[in-house]
Amino acid sequence: MELSSHIKTALADRDRKILLMTHIVLGYPSLETNRQVIEQMVANGVDLIEMQIPFSEPMADGPVIVKANQEAIEHGITVRACLDFAREMTAAHPIPFLFMTYYNILFKFGVEKFFREAQEIGIKGFIIPDLPPEEGEEFFALSSEYDIAPILIFAPTSTPERMRELTRYSRGFVYCAARKGVTGRQTDFDEGFNAYLRTCRANTDLPLAVGFGISSREDVDYLTGKADIAVIGTRTIRLVEEQGAAAVGPFIAGLR
Amino acid sequence: MNKANKPGYYGEWGGAFIPEVLYQTFCELNDAFRQAKADPAFWQQYVSLMGTYSCRPTPLTHAENLSRHFGGAQIYIKREDLNHTGAHKANNVMGQGLLVKRMGKTRVIAETGAGQHGVATATMAAKFGFACTIYMGEEDVQRQRPNVFWMEKLGATVVPVTSGSKTLKDAINEAFRDWVTRMDDTHYVMGTVCGPHPFPEMVAWFQSIIGREACGQIKQQFGRQPSRVYACVGGGSNAMGIFQGFLDNPAVELVGVEAGGKGLDSGMHASRLAARDGSAGVAQGYKTMFLQNSDGQMMDTHSVAAGLDYVGVSPILADLWQQKRVRFAAATDAEVMAALDLTMKKEGIIPALESAHAFVQAFKEAGEMGPDEAIIINMSGRGDKDIFTIAHAFDDPSWKEFIRKKGIAYGA
Repeated sequence: MELSSHIKTALADRDRKILLMTHIVLGYPSLETNRQVIEQMVANGVDLIEMQIPFSEPMADGPVIVKANQEAIEHGITVRACLDFAREMTAAHPIPFLFMTYYNILFKFGVEKFFREAQEIGIKGFIIPDLPPEEGEEFFALSSEYDIAPILIFAPTSTPERMRELTRYSRGFVYCAARKGVTGRQTDFDEGFNAYLRTCRANTDLPLAVGFGISSREDVDYLTGKADIAVIGTRTIRLVEEQGAAAVGPFIAGLR
Repeated sequence: MNKANKPGYYGEWGGAFIPEVLYQTFCELNDAFRQAKADPAFWQQYVSLMGTYSCRPTPLTHAENLSRHFGGAQIYIKREDLNHTGAHKANNVMGQGLLVKRMGKTRVIAETGAGQHGVATATMAAKFGFACTIYMGEEDVQRQRPNVFWMEKLGATVVPVTSGSKTLKDAINEAFRDWVTRMDDTHYVMGTVCGPHPFPEMVAWFQSIIGREACGQIKQQFGRQPSRVYACVGGGSNAMGIFQGFLDNPAVELVGVEAGGKGLDSGMHASRLAARDGSAGVAQGYKTMFLQNSDGQMMDTHSVAAGLDYVGVSPILADLWQQKRVRFAAATDAEVMAALDLTMKKEGIIPALESAHAFVQAFKEAGEMGPDEAIIINMSGRGDKDIFTIAHAFDDPSWKEFIRKKGIAYGA
């Protein structure tokens, strides 16, 4: 099923007011741990999972995810191993999986080859934070051809005109970065944030995911009714570091 | 659209691979730069600032003893070491400082490898009254402690970067992470002709002052144009600076010299173009030839000169390399120390370790050329400020003894 219809169905059928998307850095701390974490996430109702293929220069990420990328690479993770693992996950779990990574990973692999393999695996969308539409001609053409949703990012600095421009290239949903800066720091949910989300909503018909600094039930409650998907990234990576994979299930279960 | 017609592309290289949060900032930066570049008064203001605050025009020195020593071409040295703060980095930084004033921003950030660009940025910030934060790889902070001292004394905050390889590329990532958080009042003073458009064009434009001067000076002193021009290439800003004075003249051969480290076969070097290890990639906001593995992960680089120790290279130079307009060579750490030693003994001039790479290649070729020919070496910076690094590289016993005694004195 196409990603946006999947999201709409999930929102309607299960009577969930907000969906949860979680973030995994592949190979950190190990693929075995990733496997356990994903199992717990799915068992506890996570709706979508973005799997980050590590890159040595993760420019848009904060310290926790930067360290995760670096250690995964040091421990020998490869793009090949990430693809194989993804194949196993999509076969094992019924929810949509996305790839998040930086453009060089696709570029070096061969952009079309990467799309072809991702389609075979059953990946539903790509989030590539360093690929603006201006640089993505080939990428956007291929995303239509292979039916993998390009997830573009709205930022608090995006003007309404820019949001409409980005929407033209997006499918599936739009990822709204809740604030400026990199991943992993707290976000203030104030009137400025509400106004920003209203601007996002007014300038796209696609479902809205909100990420950056979402870490608690309180945050998810706050987003309910304002956004369609809450994205939990750094928080679960930290949780696994501190308490191990087994802590993820109860944490996810307590989010909504 | 044809890439060649796309703004910010040089052949297939360059572009602006930036996160959405910086889109608006880059629109504003592009506008401000375009207006400044089109305004002759802006360039005049820049030249006048460099003439009064730095030492421009910098001299072109005829190295008579070295010329005689090699018995070939007449060797001329473009003295960027005589800039304020001791290197060509001042050109770019003061130019961007004027641009920051035009844009009304109040804070500057920068990455630094050797510390040269950091010191230059801290100096500019002090003069213009900007707040200043410098990102520097932890490994470089260790290697270049004296420059950290000066940056801090000049009022800048120096942030050691502990991620990745803890060198220049990681400092660039960290500077971007700062910028995506505080773009409203902050300008990122990119130190070299790399990164997303418009930085390569902007930095090359400010550095073109080197080539403009050198072109006139060689004509005046030697009577005609040089046969070859040599410059070291890390990111490539000093090379682009001097090359632009001669790019239009196909009779002048341009030679870029990369860090050969422990040798091109050792895997411990920073030669993106001269070695066979580089491949096309997209990172740090632009497309160029990177030293990366088959998965696209950037590799560790090595050079005795921190300023050349970088995984990428200017997209403008990648294009000139592909067009065969610029020839690339590499100098090993050992060759660099020998060239540095010879230049000091023969001319009383102390090139920075980075600059000494250009001297190596010029020395290899000068003897094969005729005495009626001239070559220019761009001496991008001076070496005496890097006394700790150079003394260490020479493994100088009396210096080590001095440091030991200092250590004991401080320990007491």
